[in-house]
Amino acid sequence: MTALLSADIVFGASMPKYYLPLGLQDPDPFKMFDKNKEMVVLNDKPWNIEAQAHLLDDKVTPNTAMFIRNNGLIPDDPDTASWTLAIDGESAKEQKSYTLQELKSKFKTHTYQLTLECGGNGRSEFDPPAKGNQWTIGAVSCAKWTGVRLRDVLEDVGVKPDAVYIGYHAADKHLSQNPDKEPISRGAPMAKAMQEETLLAFQMNGADIPLAHGYPLRLVAGGWPASVSGKWLNRISIRNKVHDGAKMESPSYRVPCNPVAPGEKVKDEDMCIIESMPVKSLITYPKSGAMLKEGQSLNIRGHAWAGELEVAQMEYSIDFGATWKDCPIERPANRLAWQHFSARINFPKKGYYEIWAKATDSQGVSQPMLLPAWNPKGYLNNACHRIAVKIG
Amino acid sequence: MSEQNKFWKSSRRIYRFLIVVCVLALVSGIVIFYLNHDDIDSDENGEKQYTTFSDDDPNRIENGIHVRTGLTDAPGLQETVANCTSCHSAKLVMQNRMSAERWHATIRWMQETQNLWPLGANEAIIVNYLTTNYPPKNKGRRETLVGVDWYELK
Repeated sequence: MTALLSADIVFGASMPKYYLPLGLQDPDPFKMFDKNKEMVVLNDKPWNIEAQAHLLDDKVTPNTAMFIRNNGLIPDDPDTASWTLAIDGESAKEQKSYTLQELKSKFKTHTYQLTLECGGNGRSEFDPPAKGNQWTIGAVSCAKWTGVRLRDVLEDVGVKPDAVYIGYHAADKHLSQNPDKEPISRGAPMAKAMQEETLLAFQMNGADIPLAHGYPLRLVAGGWPASVSGKWLNRISIRNKVHDGAKMESPSYRVPCNPVAPGEKVKDEDMCIIESMPVKSLITYPKSGAMLKEGQSLNIRGHAWAGELEVAQMEYSIDFGATWKDCPIERPANRLAWQHFSARINFPKKGYYEIWAKATDSQGVSQPMLLPAWNPKGYLNNACHRIAVKIG
Repeated sequence: MSEQNKFWKSSRRIYRFLIVVCVLALVSGIVIFYLNHDDIDSDENGEKQYTTFSDDDPNRIENGIHVRTGLTDAPGLQETVANCTSCHSAKLVMQNRMSAERWHATIRWMQETQNLWPLGANEAIIVNYLTTNYPPKNKGRRETLVGVDWYELK
């Protein structure tokens, strides 16, 4: 590497292992972000990249298959030694600031596997179409996140009884390059902020969080739209009202409070903030398009998740929903982690089949086979996933 | 051995290899340069003919596609490239298949919240380009699975 630059890298030995000096940065997103070549780039400014179902087969999602959803521009080379997290806001008893080292040493560290799904995952299927990145099915992940509980930090600062919401602020830059604009500054109600599993994370899958996923500090709130899990975090405000940062306003990350007809116009004040994500599942093996010999049985597997809830039942159909068969669903590794299912399927005769998967949550709510309620921004598509199979 | 030493030692190995590669590249570069030079000079009309494009040409069109952005070459392309690809990727434009009414509303939203400048007379040209080349498509409540990549599973 030093030879390529025709200069000695003086502090080469202390350079992070996978860091590429600016002079050598490659525009190839797969190399730059260490992603599987089969990931699909939806947008390169800002970067938005999704997985395909078969890439998500691992029980714990590796970085290589983790979707990237950015609203703004990734900060350049964050300096971790000087990085601080400030806590402020109307409902903070005082203003405090912590270095990363202070967060790590002062508070107990916890690790959870947490499902993060983009609110707009599945948007491409809505009709009439909704604007924005046309995610298909791959904007979901379930990695292991390690960090301190947001609750512990908030309690250390002191929360006034009138606190309603927390809002995050981060180091990413607005696409217009206007320094006064934040690309995204969302948050969560106090109840979600105070959950055991809501973390200020500094590790993903046992290593530093990759830059595209929020290095060096990320809020992780599993089961809610992934936009709640702010990346490159440098400040949290404890608010005495619903946070009013960028993309908290209607219609961002909101759906009609009451159901509407497809294509209907909805007033801003009639849109409600999305909280828990709905029940959903994904067949991650085999990849769609498998051709089998007559009489050959097929083992399928995948994951199911249900936002704040647990998946209670998993079924599949090979006859377009005319009949459904139960299949085993494992308990989650912890609350808010996705669960794994598997089944062995025998096909009655030659021909074209689709395998449809349907999860049901602990409150008896199932995935629809058709698109769920249309909404102007194309959020919350949890329609059954299906793969195509040919026999004979 | 210290970390610095180890790093230096491993770098030295790469240096040696790269010096050989560089020398080879230089020699073949000179040869290719002269060969190409001859081709250009020996043209029948005695005029220099350049057939290759510069990769840096921001307006290059190939097979009806504007290479830099991937947008379709059609009336309104230049206005669309100039106004719609400086903040976000053209990929975002192409994925969205909206009606004229919704494009106008989206432009208003970008002007109100995302610092998009006034488009003036270009707005009609851009919206016409978008609705002509990226028209809305009816998908119904669930589409047929298409583009299945078939493979044998043992």
